[in-house]
Amino acid sequence: MASGIQAASPVDVALSVRELTVSLPEGMERAYAVENISFDLKRGQILCIIGESGSGKSVTANAIMGLLPKAIRVSSGEIRLDGMNIVGLSADKLRSLRGRVVSMIFQDPLSALNPLMTVGAQIEEVMAAHDVGTPASRRSRAIDLLIEVGLPDPQLMYHQYPFRLSGGQRQRVMIAMALALEPAILIADEPTTALDVTTQAQILQLIRDIQRRKGMSVMFITHDFGVVAEIADYVVVMEKGHCVEQGGAAQVLKSPSHLYTRRLIAAVPHLTGKDRVALDAADREPILKVESLVKTYRSGSALFRTQRIVPAVNGVTFDLSSGRTLGVVGESGSGKSSLGRLLIKLMESDSGSIRFEGRDLAGLSEAKFRPLRPKIQMIFQDPFASLNPRSTVGQILTVGPVAHGMRYSEADERARELLTHVGLDSGAFDRYPHEFSGGQRQRIGIARALMFKPKLLIADEAVSALDVSIQAQILKLLDQIQRETGVSMIFITHDLRVASQICDEIAVMHRGQIVERGPPSQIFLAPKSGYTRELVAAIPGEQPGSMPQHEGYVENPKQGESL
Amino acid sequence: MVTRMSGFLLNRLSQSIVLLVIVSIIGFTVLNLMPGGPLAQFGLDPGMTQKDVERLAAQLGLNRPLWIQYLDWAWRLLQGDWGHSFRDGSSVLAVIGRHLLATLLLMGTSTAFAIALGAWVGIRGATHRYSLFDYCATVGAMVALSVPTFWFGLIGIYIFTLKLGWVPAGNMYTIGDGSVLDYLHHLILPSLVLSLVHVAIWSRYMRTATLDALSQDFVKTARAKGVSERRILLKHVVGNALLPMITLAGMQLPSILTGALVTETVFTWPGMGRLFLDSLGYSDYPVVMGLLIFSAILVVLGNLIADIIIATVDPRIRLG
Repeated sequence: MASGIQAASPVDVALSVRELTVSLPEGMERAYAVENISFDLKRGQILCIIGESGSGKSVTANAIMGLLPKAIRVSSGEIRLDGMNIVGLSADKLRSLRGRVVSMIFQDPLSALNPLMTVGAQIEEVMAAHDVGTPASRRSRAIDLLIEVGLPDPQLMYHQYPFRLSGGQRQRVMIAMALALEPAILIADEPTTALDVTTQAQILQLIRDIQRRKGMSVMFITHDFGVVAEIADYVVVMEKGHCVEQGGAAQVLKSPSHLYTRRLIAAVPHLTGKDRVALDAADREPILKVESLVKTYRSGSALFRTQRIVPAVNGVTFDLSSGRTLGVVGESGSGKSSLGRLLIKLMESDSGSIRFEGRDLAGLSEAKFRPLRPKIQMIFQDPFASLNPRSTVGQILTVGPVAHGMRYSEADERARELLTHVGLDSGAFDRYPHEFSGGQRQRIGIARALMFKPKLLIADEAVSALDVSIQAQILKLLDQIQRETGVSMIFITHDLRVASQICDEIAVMHRGQIVERGPPSQIFLAPKSGYTRELVAAIPGEQPGSMPQHEGYVENPKQGESL
Repeated sequence: MVTRMSGFLLNRLSQSIVLLVIVSIIGFTVLNLMPGGPLAQFGLDPGMTQKDVERLAAQLGLNRPLWIQYLDWAWRLLQGDWGHSFRDGSSVLAVIGRHLLATLLLMGTSTAFAIALGAWVGIRGATHRYSLFDYCATVGAMVALSVPTFWFGLIGIYIFTLKLGWVPAGNMYTIGDGSVLDYLHHLILPSLVLSLVHVAIWSRYMRTATLDALSQDFVKTARAKGVSERRILLKHVVGNALLPMITLAGMQLPSILTGALVTETVFTWPGMGRLFLDSLGYSDYPVVMGLLIFSAILVVLGNLIADIIIATVDPRIRLG
């Protein structure tokens, strides 16, 4: 903790946390959620708390809001708001501070809004809760707020229900709600994590604008160093409940002093404009040729003319050479996941062809396709939901190959071999998925896919749910596997930085179509389509001018994840 | 919006008709598979010869092939003729009508009571989770669900009628009295016994739904806004928790009108449940079939009404 805590005069400090310790109930993996942390949020500044999952950053925010669950409580330390210690304050006093002096916005703006109340009613509720204004004045204030956060047609928006709004609009509503009583402090808990990258850029811009305009103090919680680089004045780095480093943003980002910070920053994927080194220069046969693939979702009944039609994949054409990786990037709703599901025939396409090793899969019946299934395997996004909690890892790995005719002894042997290969102990074979961390589960998912010796791997957001340091390890593993086995990969992701790490070629999808396809150097340095340019520009923490000579992901000497 | 709604109704109507046809065919077939048939009871009557029975069968059309009997019955039903009771010759609709009010009185009272009490117990159990109240409610619900209703009925009669003498043991009114108070007096015990199971079911569902709503992010948002706990509960939690309850209530609607077989029998309540049992006992096929179709229509209606209500209160759901 080289910089220590600068002694700021109390007048400049909006929020001061002193030696805060929050204890966890007995039987948890550690005794304290956060231990002995201190920092100051200066007036009119943006303080970013950054850390990986389980670092205690959200607990800190909830402690400040007085919103800790009953089982978790502040055991020592002070939280000073404008000089007043709020630890131990009565529930009623805390309630009167919330929304009036300190406001908070959350990660998922859909679930954070009551689905049964209109946007206007939810904004007015803050004012009503603190007995501010009359119904008429609250209403006009709510409309002003909707204008202030840049929502179109505020009169209409006022009467809308949250589900009709896009993710970015919902987060704007949350911000409007948080601003209603002009609080001194805004706490933002991962407010852009659930948003698309272009929307994220807009929301970050909005928060920064409002903070400057109102001179508000903002405590911003994130796991993304890109976001920190965009927005922070001051940075607090947390690891496992401890504050390992804090200081001015420039200092922490450019010359981090603590090993953990350095490792974290190194693990952040950066855009590389460099193309991936070809595995070998020989001409490659395309293993997969997709032509004019179309899938349209229909719901409702055609008979009574209540049908809704959504074109998900709209004439997609590409090919993939063997041993190469194609990145499919796009924002939510772009059709990238639908494309993945079409390729593995989890869903039937409407028209077009999918030629895999020369055979058109699109027209094959399930029975005819089944023998080909082992050759095309999928790695799923959610490492928690994609493994059956009632099966041992060994069962999960062997059940597929055995069903396809592999002898059990052979499958057993291969499973144990693969588990070590993906960086797990072979003892993992007899254990259950819940005994593993997210990163370890994703390794299990990869081992499962590899059991079949596939020719084509489809990874759908395979690293999106993981912390950056784990993400880097998994990307490295996938890269290593490709080099060893020559498997081809389709890597579906919303994160352009990740895509730039691992892909030979990138296809940018927008509204069901591929708007641009090319090597990373083209996509990131000289994008041809306007949409790609927009996407690249929105990536947080990357200035297009200074496209750096970052290495790919950094070798992580310590396999922190293995057993 | 209007076309969407009418499209939905058309769609639902066509599904319902298919459903009703299937139910009636199955019901008709199963009923006629019963050994003996509708005239079996006359076989034991020494005053009736085999010839008399056959003449009666021909008169009632029971000697025709089953499928013709069904088509004939269905055709009449479509024209509004539900047939006539074998017992007293009065029309099936009139028979149903005579018993409907009694059941409506009993079931309506007990269901309203059960929903109100069940919702309250469920909400309180969720907000005071793992409290003494919650444990008692949980154990109470398990007892109410695992002990058969007739047993509660008999115990109720034993305690409140025989020992305490507070309420009558059965019937809907005292012959010769029939005042409102007299009806209420007779109503108390059966409706309470009947509602026991429903309170148990409702409180369990409501507890789960409330816990679910309490754990939603928007509740945290409301707390972060400084909204009082009381208002959070009333405005944010209960509203969202009641949504799944509407479906449950829709499924209960038919039972409000078709009655409770056991409770009505224990308390000699002249409602639909007893009518069904008696009609089965007398092999009064037209009445049994009438009741079957009647309750099938109610099931369809109950679900339809629940869907429409949900679509009205939940802005996210559009019918279609």
